Amino acid sequence: MTVLTDLSLAEMKAGLAARQFSAVELAQAHLDAMAANRHLNAYIVETPDLALAQAKAVDAGTRSGPLAGIPLGIKDLFAVEGVQTTAGSKILEGFVPRYESSVTANLLRDGAVFLGKLNMDEFAMGSSNETSAYGRVISPWKAKGSDAELVPGGSSGGSAAAVSARLCAGATGTDTGGSIRQPAAFVGIAGIKPTYGRASRWGTIAFASSLDQAGPMARTVTDCALLLSSMCGFDPEDSTSLDVAVPDWAASLTGTMKGKRVGIPAEYRLDGMDPEIAALWDQGIAWLKAEGAEIVSVSLPHTKYALPTYYIVAPAEASSNLARYDGVRYGKRVTPAGGNVHDMYAATRAAGFGKEVKRRIMIGTYVLSAGFYDAYYTQAQKVRALIARDFEQAFETCDVLLTPTAPSPAFAFGAKADPLAMYLNDVFTVPASLAGLPAMSVPAGLSASGLPLGLQIIGRPLDEMGVLDAGRAIERAAAFTARP
Amino acid sequence: MSVDSETVRKIARLARIAVTNDEVPGLVEQLNGILGWVEQLGEVDTKGVEPMASVMPGHLRWRADVVNDGGIQDKVLANAPEAASGFFAVPKVIE
Repeated sequence: MTVLTDLSLAEMKAGLAARQFSAVELAQAHLDAMAANRHLNAYIVETPDLALAQAKAVDAGTRSGPLAGIPLGIKDLFAVEGVQTTAGSKILEGFVPRYESSVTANLLRDGAVFLGKLNMDEFAMGSSNETSAYGRVISPWKAKGSDAELVPGGSSGGSAAAVSARLCAGATGTDTGGSIRQPAAFVGIAGIKPTYGRASRWGTIAFASSLDQAGPMARTVTDCALLLSSMCGFDPEDSTSLDVAVPDWAASLTGTMKGKRVGIPAEYRLDGMDPEIAALWDQGIAWLKAEGAEIVSVSLPHTKYALPTYYIVAPAEASSNLARYDGVRYGKRVTPAGGNVHDMYAATRAAGFGKEVKRRIMIGTYVLSAGFYDAYYTQAQKVRALIARDFEQAFETCDVLLTPTAPSPAFAFGAKADPLAMYLNDVFTVPASLAGLPAMSVPAGLSASGLPLGLQIIGRPLDEMGVLDAGRAIERAAAFTARP
Repeated sequence: MSVDSETVRKIARLARIAVTNDEVPGLVEQLNGILGWVEQLGEVDTKGVEPMASVMPGHLRWRADVVNDGGIQDKVLANAPEAASGFFAVPKVIE
């Protein structure tokens, strides 16, 4: 008998169309799996009633669309009308949006079924899911011969764990500096961040607005393509939304690399690189070459400055965006006895934000403060322009770039207690974020310890097709079938 | 540039985050660790480089200067920690 939760999203679509199973059966299979895997802490809120009602409507024919009946998990950064949305923060505990984010509205338009809200690092600030106010997410994976719990990556760690553990067919993620790609790599699934502006930011809780992009996470490249077409689209409510047509990427996906030039950025081969990661990268190069691609060496000279640039720009934007959490309009309020409104602001924010969020707000406040703005923020935005220019020049001689997704496999809880050590985990993902480029991670192999490793493909602006095709080629060659 | 405990208190005040005396030394150390690390950007020659304003070139769109929503006071106030008479309520601002 087929285990419904093991099917790919595309297979679920086909099975539903052929009436091999109903949308209610499919939703129930996932709800059962969620109930049996609560120790992973992947979901903050489960919405079984909502899911079954949506599935029933699909079976009754009153809801339809390209994703009709497909059970999805939604990262807790997206406002879902009538369902608690917290961004993984205590400051939004009990916040129930009275509106729908544009991305989730698109998915609902296309008939998707929502299983619940997925855990994440608080306000998407983290690379391990250890900063969530609702407890850490545990990866379904374990290293060979070890019982130690591992991080699922972050910030979309709940999404990653849920997709990998078959607790949803696919999930929404968001990526500010690697928050889709790094967790996807850590749990052996695929995830794509589209070009900045493809997916609307309206109704997605803001972290760093010039970097935040939504994207799908799923077990196959085709599944990612299907979800991406639904999630993207012009939205007048988002001033940076791109008014461009959304292709049917899944329909055009071939995975052919003939005549394509694949750039290998020299600066990504870091001193002291994990030999396993270097070997996987070499393997990826060999695969794409065997698929007919021409391999080109390229240079991205400002790569080493991407992380420090990011850790000025992102906290600066966060300090501004998170100023709205003041205990007045929504969320938590703490008023000290006899305190005035200013005491209320300070006490509310002290009690509502976790350590990492406070740290980043304070860094952002400092770099934007009078006297320091030019030295930090303006200089960072100039270096950011140089990083984007590096990519433009590289794309004169190649069509896509191939790199590792993360410098290591998943690590243990508490392994990166120093904030800087944690930040360095995003070394390969942050540059494409700063340049707004589409980028995806695809599972490509296992480490000697039996943990998933991912390869990253970065493309030209709006060339999600090129990224997905290269991703498909890697997926086919890697034939990654390992599961937790 | 490095921050001392007085600067950390000032930043916290600007950020409207109450910090206790016990928290200050740790924050001084952490902020200095991060600031010391980002300062390497100073070594990049950015003469003549325009700071990036937008990752996708082009102007922000304009929309017609008209009211295009409203009439949803109950929805707006639904999540307020305290609402009274159709307004957000806060502790007394003027003595």
